[in-house]
Amino acid sequence: MKRLLVLGAGTAGTMVANKLRPRLDERDWKITLVDQDETHYYQPGFLFLPFGTYKREELEKPKRRFMPAGVELIMGEIDLVDPEKNEVKLADGTELPYDYLIIATGTHPTPEETPGLGPDDDEWYKSVFDFYTIEGAEALAEKLETWEGGKLVVNIIEMPIKCPVAPLEFTFLADSFFAERGMRDSVEIEYVTPLPGAFTKPVAARYLGDMLVDRKIGLEGDFFLERVDTDNNQLVSYDEREVDYDILVTVPVNMGAEYIGRSGLGDELRHVPVDKHNFLSTKHDNIFAIGDAASLPTSKAGSVAHFAVDIFTENFLDYIDDKPMREKFDGHANCFIESGRGKGMLIDFNYDTEPLPGKYPLPGVGPFSLLQETEANHWGKLMFKWVYWNVLLEGRAMPIPALMSMAGKIREEVK
Amino acid sequence: MPTTTIAGAEVQVDEEGFMTAYDEWNEEIAKALAGNIGIELTDDHWQVIKFLREDYQEQGETPMLRRVSNVGGVPTKQLFQLFPKKPAKKMSYIAGVPKPQGCV
Ligand SMILES: Cc1cc2nc3c(=O)[nH]c(=O)nc-3n(C[C@H](O)[C@H](O)[C@H](O)COP(=O)(O)OP(=O)(O)OC[C@H]3O[C@@H](n4cnc5c(N)ncnc54)[C@H](O)[C@@H]3O)c2cc1C
Repeated sequence: MKRLLVLGAGTAGTMVANKLRPRLDERDWKITLVDQDETHYYQPGFLFLPFGTYKREELEKPKRRFMPAGVELIMGEIDLVDPEKNEVKLADGTELPYDYLIIATGTHPTPEETPGLGPDDDEWYKSVFDFYTIEGAEALAEKLETWEGGKLVVNIIEMPIKCPVAPLEFTFLADSFFAERGMRDSVEIEYVTPLPGAFTKPVAARYLGDMLVDRKIGLEGDFFLERVDTDNNQLVSYDEREVDYDILVTVPVNMGAEYIGRSGLGDELRHVPVDKHNFLSTKHDNIFAIGDAASLPTSKAGSVAHFAVDIFTENFLDYIDDKPMREKFDGHANCFIESGRGKGMLIDFNYDTEPLPGKYPLPGVGPFSLLQETEANHWGKLMFKWVYWNVLLEGRAMPIPALMSMAGKIREEVK
Repeated sequence: MPTTTIAGAEVQVDEEGFMTAYDEWNEEIAKALAGNIGIELTDDHWQVIKFLREDYQEQGETPMLRRVSNVGGVPTKQLFQLFPKKPAKKMSYIAGVPKPQGCV
């Protein structure tokens, strides 16, 4: 009997278990998942919590509901991986031997990395918030409900973060929220980022940058936050620039799970270096990392995890048969971007092709428009919650291909 | 791939002027590249540049600021003093290694 051990039963771990269980003979393969939290959160929904669009109950479901029959789910905190002994230790002392290990423990906000942030500071969840946790998003909702205006700063501390467009979406939704309440004139909004502009890739950066200008949102680029001075309500950068705020909404440094660092499996941010085409660890030939836990030159997003798992499943079946892995992941990402006032955008890209304008998934038809604000895109984003809970997690087929396609995209020159 | 002449040597560069062939780099070229962006190289600069080149060769990718600070031993604050405003971009430009992966 062989054991496939999956660390983390979030988006990626759950999909992998559902895809692989029917394809691996139960007489030969035991599949075990480990997670420390019984609840599965729909993280993309955190974006909407601060504006009262969703309630917490819609974003939580028990993890066990998505586990296929024949898969074991163990609750516990992972403490260490010992790649020499092919064994994982949990905090309660349990030892779990494995033949193959899949790391899928994601990445999470780590405010403690930045002086002035985190629960130790008195201003945390009073004037300083994150929306990457359900607690932060809820505290922010409460604050915005009664806020009378002032200066709102939205900040990214360091890349990479999961869902790198989420802070921009938050900014657009905030603009829309205050406009609807008839108080946009009493709110100043500034977007403070370590990137040189609104986004990394030139074509998308131009579109998104223009959208900030249209909405009278300030942009402070190349800003590397050193510390937050919560006594004086200021962000201070390494090159000693200061930005004032009344409310700070920051995305703390995103880091992989602590055990990855302890086990010597991660990079500086505890993300696991892997082959970008097949997710095999660069150090150990029976360890893979998928989803946000892996260090890949593409976005950390649920959509990426979904495409990656499709490729991974086929490859893994080859790999355990001692055959070469035939499929090559291309870094495909597909992200809806809420732009406020009932509209949204969509971007579709991979390792080699930056986000371009056009139609998706059907060339010329859509129904979704790439890099363009439409109502259909907004509905696509809202519909995704249903798709996530009902189709995606349990590994049912989606009508979009795993690898990116150029069909429907328009190449354009950067002016 | 375009080429250009730096410090008397013909080298390959990308459209932003970053060198694309690791082995074409030498210290004279580094000084000239630094001059292009208004930086005069001191010992502290050289420590960073040497770390970047060694780490790139070992890891196959340009280290992020966090790594230059944690592993290379030069505090982030100092990196901003040595290579003002855009340290990640400037130091890789001078060291003749690719610009760090724009994180998407
Ligand atoms: C605000 C926000 C908005 C987003 N919007 C979008 C979007 O619009 N579209 C999109 O595609 N993606 C979006 N994402 C990103 C998406 O949610 C993630 O990319 C996706 O969930 C990654 O899946 P994963 O399995 O890698 O990690 P996760 O789903 O985070 O799962 C990791 C699991 O590991 C467990 N774990 C971690 N450490 C340990 C440990 N030491 N011991 C035991 N268990 C552990 C956790 O409990 C968790 O269940 C958004 C994310 C956020 C925060």
